[in-house]
Parts: sequence; structure tokens; C-alpha cells
Amino acid sequence: MEKKLKATEEQLAYAKILDTGMKIGLLVLIITFVIYMSGILQPHVPVNDLPEYWGLSVHKYLEHTGINPGWSWLGMLGKGDFLNFISIAFLASVTIICYIAIIPILFRKKDTVYGLLAILEVLVLMLAASGILKAGGH
Amino acid sequence: MAVNLFLDFPGIAYGAYDEGLMAESAEKGSSAPWWIWPLVLFVVTFFLGIVAVLGGVGGGVLFVPIIGGFFPFHLDFVRGAGLLVALSGALAAGPGLLKKGMADLRLSLPVALIASACAIVGAMLGLALPTKVIQTALGATILGIVAIMLIAKKSEYPEVKQADALSTALRINGIYYEISTGQEVNWKIHRTKQGLATFVIIGIMAGMFGLGAGWANVPVLNLLMGAPLKVSVATSKFLLSITDTSAAWIYVNNGAVLPMMVVPSIIGIMLGSIVGVRILAKTKPAAVRYIVIIMLLFAGARALLKGLEIWN
Repeated sequence: MEKKLKATEEQLAYAKILDTGMKIGLLVLIITFVIYMSGILQPHVPVNDLPEYWGLSVHKYLEHTGINPGWSWLGMLGKGDFLNFISIAFLASVTIICYIAIIPILFRKKDTVYGLLAILEVLVLMLAASGILKAGGH
Repeated sequence: MAVNLFLDFPGIAYGAYDEGLMAESAEKGSSAPWWIWPLVLFVVTFFLGIVAVLGGVGGGVLFVPIIGGFFPFHLDFVRGAGLLVALSGALAAGPGLLKKGMADLRLSLPVALIASACAIVGAMLGLALPTKVIQTALGATILGIVAIMLIAKKSEYPEVKQADALSTALRINGIYYEISTGQEVNWKIHRTKQGLATFVIIGIMAGMFGLGAGWANVPVLNLLMGAPLKVSVATSKFLLSITDTSAAWIYVNNGAVLPMMVVPSIIGIMLGSIVGVRILAKTKPAAVRYIVIIMLLFAGARALLKGLEIWN
């Protein structure tokens, strides 16, 4: 018989949100991909043309398909291929949600250093997610 | 049925793009119908998922060199997909590892902050540097990973005589229940500053190559910082969910994510992992580890030679 868990309150809270978020993310991932494959929504880049593009560097790909980087995909959710970004962005946001959820727990337990570490982590992840950081071309 | 779904794809628009580009990219593309590649990708990642579990490695470390070396996709998209594959695997494993107390949040938080910040730098560098440079560095890294897998020792319970000042101040220690011996294991760590410094490099490499970083996390947590092996493996897996999140966003926001590659890969590798876990429960195929090493050796050599334009 397994012994009582040794995980802390914040660890269990994190795990619970992560579990739910992951399941929702995967479900949405499958649904949006099925919609993409079914052709219900026309994709921005026709699937027959994909082999012409996926061998290009990302910079050339963006240039030739007229796709703007960053959060511009939000305005293209009516396209089958961009619909998939809902689930991808959600999966990439689950960790941020988990961190935000444990911050009050850490401060309530007067674990100030870890509360600040969690805030810093949220800021780092939000900076990455913001789209401010652009990579130069190659 | 699946093939029919692909073949009968309706609603396709043509002629919206630069025709000159088509000629330019055609040589890099393939004459095979488009749907072959996602299908093959799904099948290959399914088997990679099985092999990764049996070989005790993460999916990302197999995915990037193998798909990058032998598929027609550009390395930018392969690394973007590799990160999302590693991220999904870590997100799926995280809750169980945290609930059981195997992955440790107190150990993870400081490490993750450094690794995730540096993964952003790595991802931006990876997208900015010439592909040849990244390909060559990837090949060298994969061969380095092979060396680590061959020579690095593991320690079930490293001896930590005294926790260092930093880990004591941060209260990084814990207890976990070792089911095989029925004992509670108290653990603490040392050399925290050195360990945290190492995660600067690990974070950069994770972001740059999209490999995931379990191959580096585990030796550092276990051998350098002195965390028990099981805690190191579990914490490493959980850490990937944070490190790869930051790097994945850079790839998403810079356009290096193709759903047609990402989704079949994630589903393939996850289904493969589920099958792999079931096989692992029945047998312990030690030989698989050597198969993984040979696969990585081959894929690493391919990436290196491709980067050096010796084997294109």
C-alpha cells in the first residue's frame, strides 16, 4: 500500500491545474486538427502547397505565405490551419496558469522568496508569450 | 479511412502565393503527396514514443535529430515541433509526478526560472543563426549526449553530507516514499550555486535545439546537486514543462510552428509512450538503451555531416 503523499499544498494545487489544463489542451488539439483535416474551414496555406513551404526557413515561409508573426494568428482563427493555434497556445499557457494559482498560496504561507520566484517566472513566461521578442533572420 | 480523409480534403485554394518561391522551394520539398509526410510522421513518432520510454530518454531528444535528418521539413519547424512534443510529454507526466511527491516544486522553481529565461535566449539564437551552424551544433550536441549516456554514472542516493547554505535558505529538501524498499527517503542537496549556473547552458541548449533537456537535467540534479535519482528524473521531466514553455512561445510567436507537423507528432509520441509504458511494465529490455544510443549516434552524425554539407 502506498504511503501518504508528501507533496506540499502548492505542489498539489499546481498538479491539479496542470492535470486539468493538459487534458483540455489535448482534447482541443485533437478537435481543432480534425476540423483542419476535414476542410470545414479553409486553411490559409493550402495543404497541397505545404510541401513547397515546410522545407523553407521560417523567415522565408512567413515572407512567402504573407503570415505575420506574433499574435496575428488570433485574427486568422477562421482559417483551418490557424485554428490549431488555439490548442497550441493553450498548452503553452497551462504552466503560466499553474504559477499564477500558487502565488497566493506561497504568500499565505509566508514563503516570500518562493512567492517572488513564482512572480518572476510568470513575468519571464509572459515576456516569451508576449510576442515582443523577435528573432533576427538567417 | 484516415487516408481517405486526407485524400478527399476539400476547400483548397490555389495560386495565392509567389510562383517563383514554388520553384525555389520545390527542390527542398518532395514529390510525394503532401499527406504522406504527416502520416509517416505519425507512425515514426509513435515508434519513437515506444523507444523513448523503453530507452529511458525524452521524446524530444530523438525527435529533432531523426525528423530533422531524414524528413523534408526545415530544421526551424522541426525544432518548434520538437519543443512542443517535449512540452506535451512533460505536461502529461507532470501532475502524476507532483502528486506522488517524486517531482519537487521547491527544487524546480529556482532551477526553472534560470532555465526558462535562458531557453528564450537559446530559442532566439536558434532562429537567428544560419541553419548550417545550428545543424552542425545540433549534431555535435547529439554526439555529446551519446557520450553522456555511455559514460555518465547514476547514483540512486548520492551522498550529501551537508546541505549548502543556499539550498538550506531556500529549504530545498524533501522526503519521498521508495516503493521498492518500503522506506521513506530523506534528501537534501548541495552545490546549489554550481547547479543553478549549469542550467544557464542547459536552458540555452534546450531553446536552441528544441531537444527537451532531460539528458542534461538528470546528471546535474543527480550527480552535481546530489538529489536522489528518482527525484532527479521526475523533477527533470516536470522542469521541461516550464523550460519548454518559454522556448515554445518564441517559436510560436516567430511562426516556426506548423500544425500539420506538430499535431501528428504530439499524438504519435503520446500514444507510443502509452504503449511503451505497458511494454516496460512487462519487461526490462536493456538492449533498447543501446538501440537508442545507436539511433542517436546515427542521427547525430547525420546532423553533423548535413551541417558541414558533407552528407546532404
